[in-house]
Amino acid sequence: MSSLLSWYIIFIVAINIIGCVALLYFTRKKKAIAAENETTGHVYDGIEEYDKPMPRWWLIMFYITIVFGVIYLVLYPGLGAYQGVLGWSQEGQYEEQVADADARYLPLFREFAAVPIEELLDEPRALKMGQTIFVNTCFGCHGSDARGAPGYPNLTDDAWLYGGHPEAIKTSIAKGRMGVMTGWKDALGDDGLRDVTNYVLSLNEVERRFDRDLASQGESQYQQICAACHGPDGKGNQALGAPDLTDAIWLYGGSYNLIRDTIAYGRQGVMPAHDEILSPEKIHLVAAYVYSLSHEQADASAESGEEEP
Amino acid sequence: MYHDKIEKNIGLMGVLIVVVVSFAGLAEIVPLFFIKDTTEPLADMQPYTPLELEGRDIYIREGCHTCHTQMVRPLRAETERYGPYTVAGEDVWEHPFLWGSKRTGPDLSRIGGRYSDDWHFVHLMNPRDVVPESNMPGFPWLDENLLTGELTEDKLRAMQRLGVPYTDEMIEGAGETVKDKTEAEALITYLQSLGRER
Repeated sequence: MSSLLSWYIIFIVAINIIGCVALLYFTRKKKAIAAENETTGHVYDGIEEYDKPMPRWWLIMFYITIVFGVIYLVLYPGLGAYQGVLGWSQEGQYEEQVADADARYLPLFREFAAVPIEELLDEPRALKMGQTIFVNTCFGCHGSDARGAPGYPNLTDDAWLYGGHPEAIKTSIAKGRMGVMTGWKDALGDDGLRDVTNYVLSLNEVERRFDRDLASQGESQYQQICAACHGPDGKGNQALGAPDLTDAIWLYGGSYNLIRDTIAYGRQGVMPAHDEILSPEKIHLVAAYVYSLSHEQADASAESGEEEP
Repeated sequence: MYHDKIEKNIGLMGVLIVVVVSFAGLAEIVPLFFIKDTTEPLADMQPYTPLELEGRDIYIREGCHTCHTQMVRPLRAETERYGPYTVAGEDVWEHPFLWGSKRTGPDLSRIGGRYSDDWHFVHLMNPRDVVPESNMPGFPWLDENLLTGELTEDKLRAMQRLGVPYTDEMIEGAGETVKDKTEAEALITYLQSLGRER
């Protein structure tokens, strides 16, 4: 702030305060001239108006507010560039809050960050902290129960697009993932789509209804096009994030029509990177929580953690 | 004193009331026009692209700002949840600003990049498809309405006049670039741009 601007503000504030004092001073003078029951001289239908001074209690409160204002301006910023005796600032107050919280929580975060995720499964507190971060940050797509939604993986089962070991989970959270399947409508044509969809259904471990003849027609096209990512046996490839087609889990729906749509138009699954949103310690805790969801031993300890006060 | 004169002359009283009331404004508002923090954009700040600006207008039209703020206050609880707190410089080109005053839904000023475009689309069509506990209304017509782009250049020109550094080359043909895009696309592009300043 330039000093001219600063003096401008100080000037107005000073005028304001002096003006208030002056106003009180001049109206107070009336008290001296206010003789007993003197009236203003106005008469309305025989009703007259007293000319009394302001009530004393009211005046005293007015003086108190002025004194308060002056003390405030000495202690806190308000007079232009003057920062106040206390040195308070909004940023300063915020940084103090953050420093306080860091002093309280960082040691705990660091302590847990140093523990491998497998071992954190025995730490109900760590899982609870991870869960809190999860329901705040991840709920939008994966749901507050982590069971996902169409297009957003269920994290409580043991099927993993990019691997379910702790490091893979941490990478997924920190760096995000881009799952891209292109559409094959043009390459396959309507008949091809029908055949390949039938073949994909035939791969499934769950008994599905499909047409055997069409499925065997679709096999060669599957091996040509789909096997590159999903593997010749349909088991998928976690290095590419290609889902396993043989299990009962379908990210975008497992009905004939939805599988056909997926093949025809492709799918884009985006997990945004969180390394700029969450600190590494927090990512570690969220990963531990997510890991715990699919590991029974952890479920037991998480439940006992909830019972703790 | 002169009470008589003031009380009996309503015009004079009006003028004096304005003088008294404007004191606060003179000290609290006028200086903001001359302070760098409030008049200069942050470094590396980019004006909205035509599509983002169209999306912003849809944001205003649908009243998103009545339930969502775009103002992270400097409180730890807020920065933990939403990201860095809002500073004046990032809103220098906001006409009108969309800080909002009520959070029925979360703050959106740092929402960009946190969800995928697909997520936003599903969420705009019917929020409960991805967030079962949500009470946000769906906006399915955003996927049906197409932008015509007729007014896009005028809008950019208006922003230019208000001080947003659009060049004439950026404005020229801007309507063509947004024509026939859906309103949902524009809104999502706008949402994804929020928070790129900080």
